[in-house]
Formats: sequence, C-alpha cells, structure tokens
Amino acid sequence: MDLNLSTRHEGDRTVIEVGGEIDVYTAPKLREQLVDLVNQGRYHLVVDMEAVDFLDSTGLGVLVGGLKRVRAHDGSLRLVCTQERILKIFRITGLTKVFPIHTTVEDAIAATD
Amino acid sequence: MTGAHAADSLAPLGAEPGSRAPDGGGESPGDQPPVGDAPVVLRFAPLPEHVRTARLVAVALARRVGVEDGLLDEVRLAVGEACSRAVGLHRSAAPHVPVVVHLKDGRERFGVEVVDAVSGGPVPKPEDENAADRLVGDGGFGDEGGADGADMGLAVLRGLVDDLEVELTSGGGVIRMGWPVAASRWGG
Repeated sequence: MDLNLSTRHEGDRTVIEVGGEIDVYTAPKLREQLVDLVNQGRYHLVVDMEAVDFLDSTGLGVLVGGLKRVRAHDGSLRLVCTQERILKIFRITGLTKVFPIHTTVEDAIAATD
Repeated sequence: MTGAHAADSLAPLGAEPGSRAPDGGGESPGDQPPVGDAPVVLRFAPLPEHVRTARLVAVALARRVGVEDGLLDEVRLAVGEACSRAVGLHRSAAPHVPVVVHLKDGRERFGVEVVDAVSGGPVPKPEDENAADRLVGDGGFGDEGGADGADMGLAVLRGLVDDLEVELTSGGGVIRMGWPVAASRWGG
C-alpha cells in the first residue's frame, strides 16, 4: 500500500487527507507536501489520519518537522485520528503532549490556539 | 531483496555476512536444527523500499507460527522500526553493507533479530518526561533523519515491545525481539 495525499482549503485552514502507509519509504512524500504548503503561506494545517494504515517513527519525524515549520510562522498543525493503533505510537513517544489530536476534521478546523 | 552475492546463497544461514554467529555456531551437519525450525533470514540492501517487504514477511511468518492476531500490529511496527533504523544507519555510514534480519519460529516464542553494522552510542531512556518537549525544540527530532530518528526508533521499540534486547557496540548492533506463540499452534 502506498501513500495517498489530497489537500483542500477551508478558509485559512488546509486539510491534508492522508491514506496508506507512512514509513521510511513514503514519508518523504508527506514531508514534501507539508513543505510546499508552508512555502505557499499555508500555516494552519490539519492532517487527517483516519485512512492511515501504518505509521512509524519516520512518519512521526515528518509531522514534527511540519509542526516546527508552521510554528516558525505562528501557525498550527492539528491531527485527526481515532485509530487506537496509531494513537498508541503518539502516546509511546509522548507526542500526545505536543500535537493537538481531534476526533473529527470539523473539530480540528473549528479549534483555535 | 537485493545485495546478496551469488556465493553467499550457498553459505550456511549462520554464516550470513553482517550477521552475528548463531548460538552453537560451527556445529556439524548432524547438529543442525530440523528444516522446519530453521530461521528465515532476510538480507537486503539498505534501501527504504525493502523495509515494507521485511514487515510483510515478518507478519506473515508470525501469523503462520501462531502469534496472536492482536500482536501482529506490534510485530509489524516493531520490525519496521528496527529495519528503518538499520537502513538509516547503513545509508549514512555503510551503504554497501546489507541489513540482516533473522526470523525464528520457535515453539514458545517468535523471535526476530535485526542486525546492523553501524550503530553505537547512547540509548535514549523512554521514561524521560521531557523527551517530547525536546523533540520539537531546536535541533531535535524532525524530518531530516539522522541519529535523532534512529534514537526515536529505539524509543518506540522500548515503549512497544516487552521482550526486547538491544545490543549496541562500536562495530554494530543487534535488536532482538520476541512474541509468544499460542500453544495450540503446536498441539499443546
């Protein structure tokens, strides 16, 4: 299974729908997408991970890198995830304290810092 | 899988380049385990695309030998983390040396060993309460790979796998992991 990405804009928020596997092979594709969005001036990102089948520490690194980039512009990076097997990785690494994690895209879009 | 030399395919599994000598190495042919108990060995060039193959093989074998379905996700992630870490280290320091994975289907335990020829250095402690904050600080974990990424892979493994042994030396490292096999698989 490869990595599938699609983006849409909701006001000043950009939703990135991610599907498939985020690993050492596919993570560069997600990193490139996040970098492109920041370069386009999109600093409030919502990463919808509901269709993600697999996530490893390489994928976590890309998300952390994206968070650093948007924070440099006073932006935000929010995650949407309800899958226990994915949430477990965020808990193991303590990143639940770093990323706002929402149960729906609507909640993430509506949230403010 | 690439990176194997033709002559290596004729060598005993325990003699795989880049791997550690197996327990009891050097035994006579009569001491070899039955074919059905022989480990599966993967040996691949340190390329990211091969990590997924290693994950798939590990999960397929774990399922076949009787690891509980509820643990297969853990096997998948752990083998992926260990192989990603090894691939990352090899790509930076030994790109022509293959990564070796041993998969052992014992009666009570499904064991996995991921061998690299690069690692060494400090092992992060998962109980570090400030680790997550440092990850997003300047110069910390991120999307540029490198040692921080390898250390994060180890941190995930330590938080994920109960039966885990990490041996790091100046010349390389071995990550050993294991999961219980259901007794019914062997008629017990």
